Amino acid sequence: MSSVRLLVGTRKGAFVLTSDGKRMDWKIEGPHFGGWEIYHMKGSPADPNRIYVSQSTSWFGQLVQRSDDGGATWEPVGNRFGYDGEPGTHTWYDGTPHPWEFARVWHLEPSLHDPDLVYAGVEDAALFRSSDGGRNWEELSALRTHPSGPSWQPGAGGMCLHTILLDPRDPARMYGAISAAGVFRSDDAGASWRPINRGLRSNGIPDENAEVGHCVHRIAMHPKYPDTLYMQKHWDVMRSDDGGERWSEVSGNLPTDFGFPIDVHAHEPQTIYVVPITSDSEHFPPDARLRVYRSRTGGNEWEALTNGLPQKHCYVNVLRDAMAVDSLDSCGIYFGTTGGQVYASSDSGDHWTAIARDFPAVLSVEAQTLP
Amino acid sequence: MIRVVLPAHLRTLARVNGEVTFEITGELTQRALLDALESRYPMLRGTIRDHVTQRRRPYVRFFACETDLSHQPSDAPLPQPVADGSEPFLVVGAMAGG
Repeated sequence: MSSVRLLVGTRKGAFVLTSDGKRMDWKIEGPHFGGWEIYHMKGSPADPNRIYVSQSTSWFGQLVQRSDDGGATWEPVGNRFGYDGEPGTHTWYDGTPHPWEFARVWHLEPSLHDPDLVYAGVEDAALFRSSDGGRNWEELSALRTHPSGPSWQPGAGGMCLHTILLDPRDPARMYGAISAAGVFRSDDAGASWRPINRGLRSNGIPDENAEVGHCVHRIAMHPKYPDTLYMQKHWDVMRSDDGGERWSEVSGNLPTDFGFPIDVHAHEPQTIYVVPITSDSEHFPPDARLRVYRSRTGGNEWEALTNGLPQKHCYVNVLRDAMAVDSLDSCGIYFGTTGGQVYASSDSGDHWTAIARDFPAVLSVEAQTLP
Repeated sequence: MIRVVLPAHLRTLARVNGEVTFEITGELTQRALLDALESRYPMLRGTIRDHVTQRRRPYVRFFACETDLSHQPSDAPLPQPVADGSEPFLVVGAMAGG
């Protein structure tokens, strides 16, 4: 019988939650690496027992941990993230040049085919690759050294490369999203990159249609339709049907078009999920009601999903990497909150259950569907 | 015998209990001590000093003989009681944050 393993990264450690295919009862293991921030953990699609973890603190910096047995044991691997050559400067909050400085790994994206190949998106924004299971990291520096790089500015959370998407149809095509520069695409396995932000509008920047400078929070794709991309931007939910060449807004009837995560149903490529959040300084759900919004039309028409979610006095946030789907039938949807809850739905979002209530603030959630 | 006391998180990472001890030949400096420590425990690389710049991480301090040695040059000799093992070299995580 199939089962599901959730990888939950929190502000104070990593947790592994497992359940059988019914997804009613969950076993919780952890915290692993207690006291450390776990920005992200993700398993290899080619070998689900190979799991990579980004572990960091302000005190002791960045570590990468690896498990080869599904999270039972861990081994620290390489943590040297050195920029290629003289890194130069980007633009600081006050408009002055600021040296590129490595802070942490935000996101780890294992290859779809090779367990030893994994990509890391880091702050200050750059893309690294390891082809030996995380022992050594090399920068794919064409992204950071794009001519627009010196103009990139950090978002409030830092200048991070937070999303990496790999095209399952074309191993040479990959996407990276950076706050607050925008989305970039490579069609040659990272050797060159170009911004793909046409159609994005950000009225907080001098040229609201600029090629770069957009605060993209998250992008997502369905693996069978890799030309269709969905985006949660600082404001606006966006969609592209041509690999990011052109974006159009699909915020529709959302109560607020601000939020962080966006994800796609495993079996319905037009069914997408967001968690609207009151924008900017508040960062909690509108009306203090935690609602996942689902569109079955690829955007524009949205329905609130509330069954099992708190509908009063709720002031949590859901961060960009903290939503995931499994591939069972019916599709399971999962998300974690800054209040330490992990919510699960085994019926595509119709009903929700808190499977963890008192974790540290949740930074990331990934779901593995196991045979 | 050089004695080094690591903070709890780094003891866990290095899988050691209590003090770390090892021998160093030649003049004992901060750099020599950290080089030897990282050579024996490679998982500590990057956690005490930056991988690239080799500078002490901002929230890490070095104490010995009731003295803060954090701002001493990396190649300055460490106190004799550290060199002869009568006092440990303390790697301390700053008391900050939550």
